[in-house]
Amino acid sequence: MYFYLIIFSIGFYFLSMVSSFIYLSKPKPAYVKWISGLLTAGFVTHTITMILRFYQSGHFPITNLHESLSFFAWGLALFLLIIHYRYGISVLFSFATPIVVLFISLSLSVPTGLFPLAPILKSIWLPIHVTLAFLGDAIFALTFCISIMYLIQEHHIKGKKIGKTTKLLPSLTLLDQLNYRLLTIGFPLLTLGIITGSIWAEYAWGSYWSWDPKETWSLITWLVYAALLHQRLTVGWRGKKAAWVAIIGFGMILFTFLGVNLLLSGLHSYGRWS
Amino acid sequence: MRDLITVVGMNHKTAPVEVREKLSFQETQLPASFKQLSRIKGVKESAILSTCNRVEIYTVFKPGTSNTQDIFNFLSEFHQIPPETFRDCIYELSDLHAIRHIFRVASSLDSMVLGEPQILGQFKNAYGLATENKATGMILNRLFHKAFSVAKRVRTETRIANSAVSISFAAVELAKKIFDHLSDCQVLLIGAGEMCELAAKHFINAGIYEIYITNRTFNRAMALAEDFGGEAVPFKDYIFLLEKVDIILTSTGATEPIITADIVSRAMKKRKNRPMFFIDIAVPRDVEEKVHNLSNVFLYDIDDLKEVVTANQQEREKEAKKAEKIISEEALQFTHWMDNLEVVPTITNLRKHADAIRKEELKKTISKLKNLSEKDKEAIDRLTQAIVNKLLHGPSVMLKQTEKNGAGRSAVEIVQKMFKLDNPDKANILSGKERKS
Repeated sequence: MYFYLIIFSIGFYFLSMVSSFIYLSKPKPAYVKWISGLLTAGFVTHTITMILRFYQSGHFPITNLHESLSFFAWGLALFLLIIHYRYGISVLFSFATPIVVLFISLSLSVPTGLFPLAPILKSIWLPIHVTLAFLGDAIFALTFCISIMYLIQEHHIKGKKIGKTTKLLPSLTLLDQLNYRLLTIGFPLLTLGIITGSIWAEYAWGSYWSWDPKETWSLITWLVYAALLHQRLTVGWRGKKAAWVAIIGFGMILFTFLGVNLLLSGLHSYGRWS
Repeated sequence: MRDLITVVGMNHKTAPVEVREKLSFQETQLPASFKQLSRIKGVKESAILSTCNRVEIYTVFKPGTSNTQDIFNFLSEFHQIPPETFRDCIYELSDLHAIRHIFRVASSLDSMVLGEPQILGQFKNAYGLATENKATGMILNRLFHKAFSVAKRVRTETRIANSAVSISFAAVELAKKIFDHLSDCQVLLIGAGEMCELAAKHFINAGIYEIYITNRTFNRAMALAEDFGGEAVPFKDYIFLLEKVDIILTSTGATEPIITADIVSRAMKKRKNRPMFFIDIAVPRDVEEKVHNLSNVFLYDIDDLKEVVTANQQEREKEAKKAEKIISEEALQFTHWMDNLEVVPTITNLRKHADAIRKEELKKTISKLKNLSEKDKEAIDRLTQAIVNKLLHGPSVMLKQTEKNGAGRSAVEIVQKMFKLDNPDKANILSGKERKS
């Protein structure tokens, strides 16, 4: 049942992605309804799978790699829909839905079974820590997409190549402001994620900070975004520079999220497959 | 034989403005014009489209009477201009060609600037004036309404009107891709000149927040500021405005660039890198080329904008081809509708319609009466046929007679309304059923 529901939700996400690609070649407003409708359908199905998982396992379904990949995709879909209804930037779908599809599909490529929870993971701080961290990550995935859109648009306007692409993408200022706004939401989430994580670490391992690879990389990621926020506020960094840093920041997140789990070992590594 | 739609007219391609202005119609002249047109032999309906780029007369002639020469003479007599002075400027079109032409005009495919939006308004206005003068009838009414919907289809199904094709409009469109809301933007206009002022007007229409005007001659700046509802700034002070304004239009007579990369880079620091958009219309240029290399600064000169416009024009021409397809399709359909208005097809349709009803009812009844022999069934079939034939005899004879009297069209209209034959879709459904049964 759980498995079939996930497949259904992937199906909806996938169709939403395909229609968002069609939209790129033929930008008709009618297609946007299809894209957002299918994405909503995928999101609702996805939410049901998580509730189901919660009942089956008795704890928040974000304790192993499969569940966290799936949760990340869920958060991304959620924010994507919110931004769509707030700002109506239809092309954003074409950039972000592939990431949703990629991550939910990845979540099926790792073991999906229910594992008995390691005693160490049984704490209220765990769901809080993981939820905050992944929601922050999902926000940064969106800033990644928006930064790419910014760079494409900027490249065209600077290169004096005005045409279909420039028409399709929103204005530079809108993209830049949206990036900034998302940074002011994502950064606190990331910060709180790290703080709650360290509180939980105190409970579980008896130490707030023990420099295991995941902690170290999280800190580096945090520093990148902190620097970006600082530069934006003080010297007025914006536009191209800010977009590049947001892209690098998301690369850090991906490495912290996946790279550390798969390549490096440390205290967090019980989360490797299970 | 069916009624004939004709177009007699001239446009910016066939006639110079000296000729067009002589032949144009003022609104006050229209009642008299329509009266004269209606007196021409065979003319049943007419409409006049008169804009600065074209003068066209649309008429519907009774079958076999069409003579566009009369319309031509009317133009000459009404405006009292010798025919030989404009004979070569006139085009005469009829039937399918005329319908296509009318659709092309309404969809702005025949305009000087392909896809420009004003023509549809002028076209609607022409129709309004013609109906006010009771000059149109069933065919032109239908034709105009069809033309409106064709124009709408062209607008939504092709991208013909989606891109700017004037320099100043292209500049505004471009600014919208840099700044989210032009209503938050401040504009600085340096110098004067027709093109520059036109661009400034476009920006004001787009709803910018404030416009500053500077000029070496301060009085000139004051005058423009009054025109635009902006603020005049002494020429020596405009540099300080650069940290404030977002869009800069320049067009001075300076021989050396007056705005250098150094100046802009200093301004950018003060404005915390908020983007700037320079539009340099002057030749020789006012803004140093290097300015474009600064981050968050965009500089477009007159040639850059011209290139954008050329690209957009090519795009429009590509889209126009799609539009031509839509128009050919719709024009052909319109001639089908006209064919159906004729007496003979109406009689055929009427018979088909009645026969379809007869067969359907017959089937219902026979399926209920299970004890009938084949012979009985045949008898009932003949009975229903006889009833239908006798009932339709009257209308058929009436239609044929009125055709001879020349009043066929109004009879056709009545019969079509009476039996609801004017809906071709419905007629098709019925004939489809008939084929199945």
